This record gives sequence, structure tokens and C-alpha cells, in this order.
Amino acid sequence: MTTHDEHAHPELGFWRKYIFSTDHKIIGIQYIITAMAMAVVGGVLSMLMRLQLGWPGTLWPSLENIFPTGFAGGVMEPGFYLSLVTMHGTIMVFFLFTAVLTGGFGNFLIPLQIGARDMAFPLLNALSYWTFLLSCITILGALFATGGPPLGGWTAYAPLSAVPAMGPGQGDGMTLWIVAIALFTASGLMGGLNYVTTLLTMRTKGMSMMRLPLTQWALFITAILGTLAFPVLLAAGILLTFDRIGGTSFFVPAGLFLADGTLIDHSGGHPLLWQHLFWFFGHPEVYIVLLPAMGIASDILSTFARKPIFSYKMMVYSMSAIAFLSFIVWGHHMFLSGMNPLLGSLFTLTTLLIAIPSAVKTFNWIGTILGARIQFTVPMLFALGFVSTFISGGLSGIFLGTSASDIAMHDTYFVVGHFHLVMAVAPLFAAFAGIYFWFPKMFGRMMNMTAGKVHFWISFVGVNCVFMTMHASGVAGHLRRIYDPTQYAFLEPVYGMNQFISISAFVLGAAQILFLVNFFASIWFGPKASVNPWNATTLEWTVPSPPGHGNFGPELPVVERWAFDYSVPGAKEDFVMQTEAPARVESS
Amino acid sequence: MEATVGEQERILASPWGGGTNPFGTSWGKFMMWVFIVSDALTFAGFIVAYGFMRATAPAWPAQDEVFSMGLITFMTFALISSSCVMAIAVGAAPQGRRSEAVKYLWLTILGGTIFLGSQAYEWAHFIDEGYRPWFNPVMPEVPQFPAAFYVMTGFHGFHVFTGLVLLLYTVIRAHMGKYTGDRVEIAGLYWHFIDVVWVFIFAFFYLL
Repeated sequence: MTTHDEHAHPELGFWRKYIFSTDHKIIGIQYIITAMAMAVVGGVLSMLMRLQLGWPGTLWPSLENIFPTGFAGGVMEPGFYLSLVTMHGTIMVFFLFTAVLTGGFGNFLIPLQIGARDMAFPLLNALSYWTFLLSCITILGALFATGGPPLGGWTAYAPLSAVPAMGPGQGDGMTLWIVAIALFTASGLMGGLNYVTTLLTMRTKGMSMMRLPLTQWALFITAILGTLAFPVLLAAGILLTFDRIGGTSFFVPAGLFLADGTLIDHSGGHPLLWQHLFWFFGHPEVYIVLLPAMGIASDILSTFARKPIFSYKMMVYSMSAIAFLSFIVWGHHMFLSGMNPLLGSLFTLTTLLIAIPSAVKTFNWIGTILGARIQFTVPMLFALGFVSTFISGGLSGIFLGTSASDIAMHDTYFVVGHFHLVMAVAPLFAAFAGIYFWFPKMFGRMMNMTAGKVHFWISFVGVNCVFMTMHASGVAGHLRRIYDPTQYAFLEPVYGMNQFISISAFVLGAAQILFLVNFFASIWFGPKASVNPWNATTLEWTVPSPPGHGNFGPELPVVERWAFDYSVPGAKEDFVMQTEAPARVESS
Repeated sequence: MEATVGEQERILASPWGGGTNPFGTSWGKFMMWVFIVSDALTFAGFIVAYGFMRATAPAWPAQDEVFSMGLITFMTFALISSSCVMAIAVGAAPQGRRSEAVKYLWLTILGGTIFLGSQAYEWAHFIDEGYRPWFNPVMPEVPQFPAAFYVMTGFHGFHVFTGLVLLLYTVIRAHMGKYTGDRVEIAGLYWHFIDVVWVFIFAFFYLL
């Protein structure tokens, strides 16, 4: 527990201050930078995939030097392609999105925005980061495992994942995958315990739940989702490990043959069980990624529209509704895995119900910016980009959530386009918005806004070129995980589309280098930031940039109003800080 | 939502208005509650997986022919009794009745040890009869039966073991005089949780 006499403590050395820190701000930044490093790896993997899909079978002698087995003979190996798919998905879902949004922004923002000096258990928090780093190293280790990285997809479907002899990467690579995910789960649990406890018990005076910024509500609900969903994945992972090393048959049915004709010595298990357990975690995971993005976007939209958020209460209720519904929709991932059609209709119903709270949120965002004199800053552009991609990606989800149309679309690029827009690009844009927005508070300097605008526009056009086109190629029948589309004559019309997607993806990838350069250069060379560069209202903007250890001065702030007092009639400025007491005029 | 003085007074007076823990507990205790919810979901995952396997299995052994129900009843009784004495320790600790708390903590540890010992005996017996996680000597068509047994009781036994370590730590701290009623309560919450989980395993795996 941090008390204010710690202000008198001498400055800590570099290692204690920036590396082995228990300060939530440093831990948050550590999460963000680690996740950025993982994003670079995940991004490079996707570029390699696009290289193969755009120009299948082309000779790349230079790549053979880097990946002697993956590009044996200069051409990408099919198994290597599947490993790329698997590792890209795993790294991006867990080690980028979950980490940057809950680990990064959660740690950095929760104490600052609720008026606390640190998390409830700073040491547990630090432990959570170091466990996360260990899991990052483990998953990167899977890239170099004997036999290659796992190739069963980020969903690790059994029995492919349950029998080490199934494929070259399903041995050590898959084992490392499970270990990495288990470590990640442990790290997430430590973080989640801290977030829930801190948010409920450490709010400063006057910070009632209904005065929390929406980012905080989102992080709170996300932490609850995480503590409920991840343990189920852990249970599934333990059972999977037993299948792999203990010889049990939880997920492996009888009568399976390996590619070389050997009969597997397992019987009685059921691959569907893995899918049920995985997706019971997997669908809430979508919202573990999306909810913080929604919260961040809501706060930023309101700030730069200079208007209060439209219908704060409905925002909170709809987030809660989404969180609840996310636990009863997992079957829509399994419509084609063998499901009673009646059950399929039920899952269709619950899935489409999510459209209601999602639409409530979307209309509220539009209501917030409607008629506003919008300040088109970089964070605002990315927040608007979030809303846009959330709508595009969300709408195509309706086709996939309906079992009848999903039967046609399943396992095509329509699915790939859909989930990338809605749960990869949208959260990514919100994360960018958050980084541009809170960067001054993190490092005391501003990022370069011209570079930021270029970054936004290339990214925004780029993602639409990539993922909207994928919707089209998916409807044309382009299957999801195929290594070489030229093997299928009926796909001939989409070869051109594939090349267009690939070129767009390369441009999109290159634009992210601009962001990375901007980020790291601005840490040292950016213009100094003032206390409140965006004229925002929340508590973190009342303290110096960057805030000192313990965040607030000798006294914790007292909150007097909600977080959205923008353009209040009669106020001196177009924003009123949360700490500003209401006028002592008797209310009429 | 215009800020008014009246609203501020109402919020400051409310336990949820910030500046105070609305549950009136220590952070540690609240955190233990959240952890228990989370851990319960892990067990739920196992129990659901077990139910799924049993529902899809061609047959399932009659438990009373495989296990000694007397032993299971005895170890269940030991664990539930340990939970009862734990409750007495938790009641005594915050009121400063230290020696009473310490005595009942030791009794809890005794109950937990008896449970774990019986489980070890049961496992040894089971292994002796040829049951392996991948092999069922009596009903070879359902290897899931011993697999579920080893995983579920093993994971629960591991929890009992960690619970015992936690209790030992608590009781040693209590002997050193460095104990708070809150610590005992937190350990107690965990111990009761383990007990409740066992009730579910006992009901679903041994009885049903």
C-alpha cells in the first residue's frame, strides 16, 4: 500500500525505477512496449502469409537464408504457412490485444483515473507483468522449437493439438504453446484480481461507480470477464496436456490414423469437447479485447466532440449486457462442427441478441459526435476509425452468427475479413487512439501529430482495402487456411484480389513503422506536454505529465462530478474538471 | 447530468461513493473472493468436461464396485469436519482468542491431512488395481473413467495441499504472534471453498 510519505523517499535507481518497478504506470508502459514488440513479430508473420497468398510458389532465395526449413528450396513450405497462421493468431489475440488493452491501459489508467496511488497489490501487479513476459518468451520459443512452430491454428483444435505425432510442429512447438497460454492465464488472473479489487475498493472520495470514465467501466467488466473465462481455458489446457503427455483420451476419438498410416492408441474421447471448452473461453475473449477498446473510444470521442457522452448509463448497461451475452453464444463458432439444428437456432438467437447492445453503443457514439464541432486530432481520428471498423466488421458478423448463412460462409475469407475488422482492427485503432491520447501522460512529451495523421489515413484506407476485399473473396469461395489458392481452379477469379490484398497489406504494414518511429522518437525528442494538453476532464489530467510516484500530491483528489462535463453552459471553459466543485448556487 | 451540491453530498454519504471500501473488508479478503470465483470456473470446466465424456461414453463403471465407499465417506467426513473447526477458528481469531484459534487451526490441518492421506491411499490402491490415466483394466472401452478420476481428484488434492501449506503458514505466524484475524479468515475462505468443491466432486463423480 502506498502512502503519501513515500514522496519523501530518495529517487530510485534506474533498475528499480524502470525495470523492476512496482509502480503501476511503469508496469503499464512495460506491457505496452512488450506488446508492441510482439505485434512486430505477429505483423511480420502476416506479411509472410500475404507473400505466399499473393504469389504462391514464387522463389524467394533471400528468405531461404532466414528460414532454412520454412523456405526450403526458396519456396514456402505448406507446414510453415500453417505455422504462420497459428502463430500470427496466437500472438495477436493474446500477446498484443489482450496485453496492450487490459495489461497496458488497465495498469496505466486504473489508479490514475479513479484517484488511487497505485493498484491494491503492486507486487502482484509486477509479478503479473513478469509472468506475461515469460509467456511471451515461451511463445516466441515455439517459433524455434524442434519440428517447427505449432500449426493447428490459434484455436488449437483437437485432435490435431492433442496428439504430438500429428505433425512436425505439434510436438515441442505445441507444448510450448500450451505452456505459454497457461502462463498468460496466470498473468491475466493476477492482473484481473488487482483490477477488480482496485476499481471497487480504491476509488477516491466522490468517485462513485456512475462517475467513472467509461474506460474504467470497460476495464472493470473486462477484468470480470477475464477472471471467469480464462480459468476454463486453463482447465481445457490441462486436459489437453494430459492427452498429449499422459496418454489420456479426453479429446481423441478411437480409430484415428496418422498421415503415415499408423493407428493412434487412443479411444473414447471427443474433439467437440475441446471446441466447447475453448469457445466458452474464446467468445468472451473477443469482448475482453473489444470492451476496453469501446471504453477508450467512448472517452476520446466525447473529449474531442467537446460534448458529454450520449447516454452514459446505457453505455454501462450495454457493456454489461454484452459481457453477459458473451458467455452464451460460443456455439456460433461450431455451427459446422456437428450441432443439433435446434441448438444452432438457439445460439443464433443469443448471438443476434448481442447486436442490440452493440447497436445501442454505436448509436450513442454517433449521438455523441452528432452536431459536434469535432476536433480532428489524431486520437479522435483513430477513435472514429474504431467506430467505423466496428460497424463494418459487426455487420458482416450478422451473416456469420446466423446458422443458415454461416453454413455457406464458414471457413472462408469472409470470416477472416469479419473478425479482423471487428476484433483486430477496431481494438487496434482504439489502442492507437489511446496511445496517442495518453502518450503525453506516459512520457511527458507529445507525439508528432502530422506523422500521426499520415499513419491514420494510410492505416484506415489500408485496412479497408485488405479486409473488405477479403469479404468479397470469401463470398467467392476462397477457403480460409489454404496454402495455395492456385490449386483450386474455381478460385482463379480471385487471384488478382489476393495480390491487391497483399500489396495493401504491405503498405499497411509499412505505415506501422512510421508509428513505431514516431513513438520511440517522441519519448526523447517530442515537444514537452502540458498537464492537460487535450483539455480533458478526468483525474489523470490534473497531475503533472508524467505523474510522480504515488500519482497525486499529499492529498488525494475529491471528485465532484462525472467525467463528461464538456461545453457546460455558463462554465468558463468548454470543459470542467472532475475535481471542480459545483457552484454553491442552490439547485432550483 | 448537471453537477449539484446535493448530489455530491448524497454520493459522499454512500458506501459506494468512493474513499472507502464498499464491502468493508480488507483488500486481501476481497481478492480471495474474486480468486475463488475464478478458480471455481476451472473446476467447473473439469466437471463439465467429465459430464460430457460420461454422456458420450458407451458405458460407465458402477462407482461402488470400484471404490470403497466407506473410505470416501470417511475422507469426506474428515474434510467437512475440518471446515467446521476452521469456522470456529475464524470466529475466534478476530476476537483475539488466540490460543483457541491456534488450537482449531491445528485441528483443521489434522482434518486436511487425514483427507489427503486417505486420498493417497485411495490412489495407491487404484494404481495397484491397474488403473492408469490411459487404461481402464475393468472396462477397457472407457479409459475416460480413470482419466477423469486422476485429473479431478488430483487437481482437487493439489488444492487441498496448497490449502494445508497456507494453513501451516497461518498457524506458524499465529504462534509467532504475528497474526491477524483477517489472515485467518482469508485462509478460511479458501479452505471452505476447497470443501465445497469436494462436495461437488463427491456428488458428481462418486454418487451419481
